[in-house]
Amino acid sequence: MSPLASMIVKRIGLGFVTLAVVSAVVFFAVYLLPGDLAEEILGQAATPETVANIRRELGLDRPPIERYVDWITGLLSGDFGRSLANGRPIAELAGMRLVNTLYLAGFAAAVSIPLSLTLGIVAALYREKLIDRSINVAALTAISLPEFFIAYILIFALTVKAGWLPSLATVSADTPLGERMFRSILPVLTLTLAVAAHVMRLTRAAIVNLLASPYIEMARLKGLKPWRVILRHALPNALAPIINVVVLNLAYLIVGVVVVEVVFAYPGLGQLMVDSVGKRDVPVVQATCLFFASTYIMLNLVADVATIAADPRLLHRR
Amino acid sequence: MTVPDTLLTMRGLAIEGRSERGTTQIVTGIDLNLKRGEVLGLIGESGAGKSTLGLAAMGYTRDGCRITAGSIVFDGIELTTAGDEARRRLRGSRIAYVAQSAAAAFNPAMRLIDQSVEIAVQHGVMNNAEAAAAAIALYRRMQLPSPEEIGFRYPHQVSGGQLQRAMTAMAMVARPDLIVFDEPTTALDVTTQIEVLAAIRDAVEAIGTSAIYISHDLALVAQMADRIMVLRHGRLVEEADTRTMMASPRQAYTKSLWAVRTFRGSRKPEMAAGTTPLLRVERLTAAYDETPVLQDVSLDLHRGRTVAVVGESGSGKSTLARVITGLLPPRQGSVAFEGKTLAGSYRGRSPEELRRVQMIVQMPDTALNPRQRVRDAIGRPLKFYLGLTGEARERRMRELLTEIELDPDQYVDRYPAELSGGQKQRVCIARALAAEPALLICDEITSALDQLVAEEMLKLLDRLQRERGLTYLFITHDLATVRAIADEVVVMKDGRIVEAGPRDRMFAPPHHPYTDLLLSSVPEMDPDWLDRLLDQRKAQAPS
Repeated sequence: MSPLASMIVKRIGLGFVTLAVVSAVVFFAVYLLPGDLAEEILGQAATPETVANIRRELGLDRPPIERYVDWITGLLSGDFGRSLANGRPIAELAGMRLVNTLYLAGFAAAVSIPLSLTLGIVAALYREKLIDRSINVAALTAISLPEFFIAYILIFALTVKAGWLPSLATVSADTPLGERMFRSILPVLTLTLAVAAHVMRLTRAAIVNLLASPYIEMARLKGLKPWRVILRHALPNALAPIINVVVLNLAYLIVGVVVVEVVFAYPGLGQLMVDSVGKRDVPVVQATCLFFASTYIMLNLVADVATIAADPRLLHRR
Repeated sequence: MTVPDTLLTMRGLAIEGRSERGTTQIVTGIDLNLKRGEVLGLIGESGAGKSTLGLAAMGYTRDGCRITAGSIVFDGIELTTAGDEARRRLRGSRIAYVAQSAAAAFNPAMRLIDQSVEIAVQHGVMNNAEAAAAAIALYRRMQLPSPEEIGFRYPHQVSGGQLQRAMTAMAMVARPDLIVFDEPTTALDVTTQIEVLAAIRDAVEAIGTSAIYISHDLALVAQMADRIMVLRHGRLVEEADTRTMMASPRQAYTKSLWAVRTFRGSRKPEMAAGTTPLLRVERLTAAYDETPVLQDVSLDLHRGRTVAVVGESGSGKSTLARVITGLLPPRQGSVAFEGKTLAGSYRGRSPEELRRVQMIVQMPDTALNPRQRVRDAIGRPLKFYLGLTGEARERRMRELLTEIELDPDQYVDRYPAELSGGQKQRVCIARALAAEPALLICDEITSALDQLVAEEMLKLLDRLQRERGLTYLFITHDLATVRAIADEVVVMKDGRIVEAGPRDRMFAPPHHPYTDLLLSSVPEMDPDWLDRLLDQRKAQAPS
């Protein structure tokens, strides 16, 4: 096996180990809560019968390891368990929500990543000039404000004052794509403002860091145009940190949209989790937690592999 | 008054550099004339302004530098007022640059051929296919192995000497009128240097370009240049035709450059037979992971004497130092100090054993913590090894500084950034001496220094040896340094010792063939040296 392939296999193996650890943490953390879980879940409605029902439902009468193994084997065969709140299968409950969340994250990524990379490159190209400073000030302002605050400002400006956009992003399975995009403009805008600054600033810094290197001076001494020096000579060597920050932000877009989903009443997975925590619907919380964790792990795995693949010194051995 | 065959003229050129500590004059009042087809040598020590001047010939100044006065006229174009876009058009296509370290100046993320065709294609001189063909033809002229394929490699897949040749080829693809060579062979081993030098010279002659050849090594410039300018502190010291200058330098400074490498360390009495060596290295074998770097290396060091370990990069000489100091435990073999076998790893050695062997490394810049004053750098071993504190430590620190010829009042509270390269290396020596060692391992400690400064360093080491009876293991690739200070010489190649013996015997024939190759590769102060050597080697080569 080539060293590159073995490195990738090793990373994937590590990813699975991490996932196993996370699944155990997600599963058992719930049972670390003080008191009897069944009584906690029922709260005021706890009667001996209902408590016994819940205990049977959760399998609390069986040893924890056995329950964990059952849970994992269920997950692997696509059985995520049932919701305590309404008894529906979690797969059915979360399926549409997951699609919604991925759609929103994908839409936001499609806007914010190219935009922020471009802004980062432009800022590096015109560093210390007015355009660079303006981009930086705007980015810093955006990153300094909490998301929900940005969301409310946008609602105030674009919905209340201008009346251009709907303030609620309620969509359902049969909403046509055009309508769906129109309704999610505000959440996407909010997410873009939250994410773009991070990616843009790191892109700029990664490129500017390289500008003092001898091969950049060489590129200038070859009489190349400034944009070519940046795009062809600096950018490929700055890819490793940029890939990492992009992937980190993709993960954030999927995992961290909770606040935005709540503000815009968007029926995504994050909102489902928040609701389920309120309803003490433990199996749903566990399933969504595990999904978010695996998204994080998988995307970081992708970042690791992509970083390796972007380095010719690793890709093309001597 | 421009003569028709003049390509480049500078008049009263002044360049200023700005930093936090104010402005400094890097180049002052330089006049320069370069004819078409002529090769001009610029020599001087670091800080003489020769690189700045070379870049100015391209209308380029590094960040923080600016041209404050004078004119630069290239083929009728005034570069100081030409504007960014006009200057950019000239760079690469008509004036090309070959950098000191090709390994750093090639983009690590691009194949060589893509970098080689870039100038011609981007300036619209040729299309991609034409430029690639031209590049391959030049790879062949520069005698690169498999010229058709080598371009498809990335820089890290090619050796340093080959990269330097590829960079010269890259500079020539668009047929520039002028090439600026900025110390193109300084980063190479002596034996590789000759091949690159010969290839550059042939190619320059063949395409008939003008060149500015920058180097700190006079002997090298003499092989390449028709005319030489000597620079110091940004001013012209002397200018003459190469042969005239080599035969009769006029200025005192130029003469001092000629006189370097004449220092000879003090002679030591013959060793009494049967004495226990201070350090005995026996049959050492060491490896990094699976790569063997030392094989079956044995040597003895006797008290008060200097053993020089010579070899090219990759010969294993620095690894030997790492094994002796315990930084890299050996696979096999042993290191004995005063007859007592030392633990393979420094972790297993007593503080007393550690104290007695100290090491000084090549780059004083990276060996000193930039956040620590001279006081901290020297004071730490005094406390750590000798338990000195307060007044006693202060006194000892001042003695040490005086010993390495730095005025304590002036230097004890300085940061490394406030010292010159030579001063930093002196502080490193003082730091090693603070532990009062018996053995000093010096790993290429003069390689990063100018020749005059390096010679001062050797004189200092020689005096310290006489006064303190120190023993040196001196690792170097420079045979002139060996000749100056070694009592015994060990020649290494590919992790093995190929020849060892007293200095005088090593420098007198007959040599081992590899030693002979090393010795004959040292440039001599004679403009015909390279021609003679190449003829000689051609005659010897089996036909």
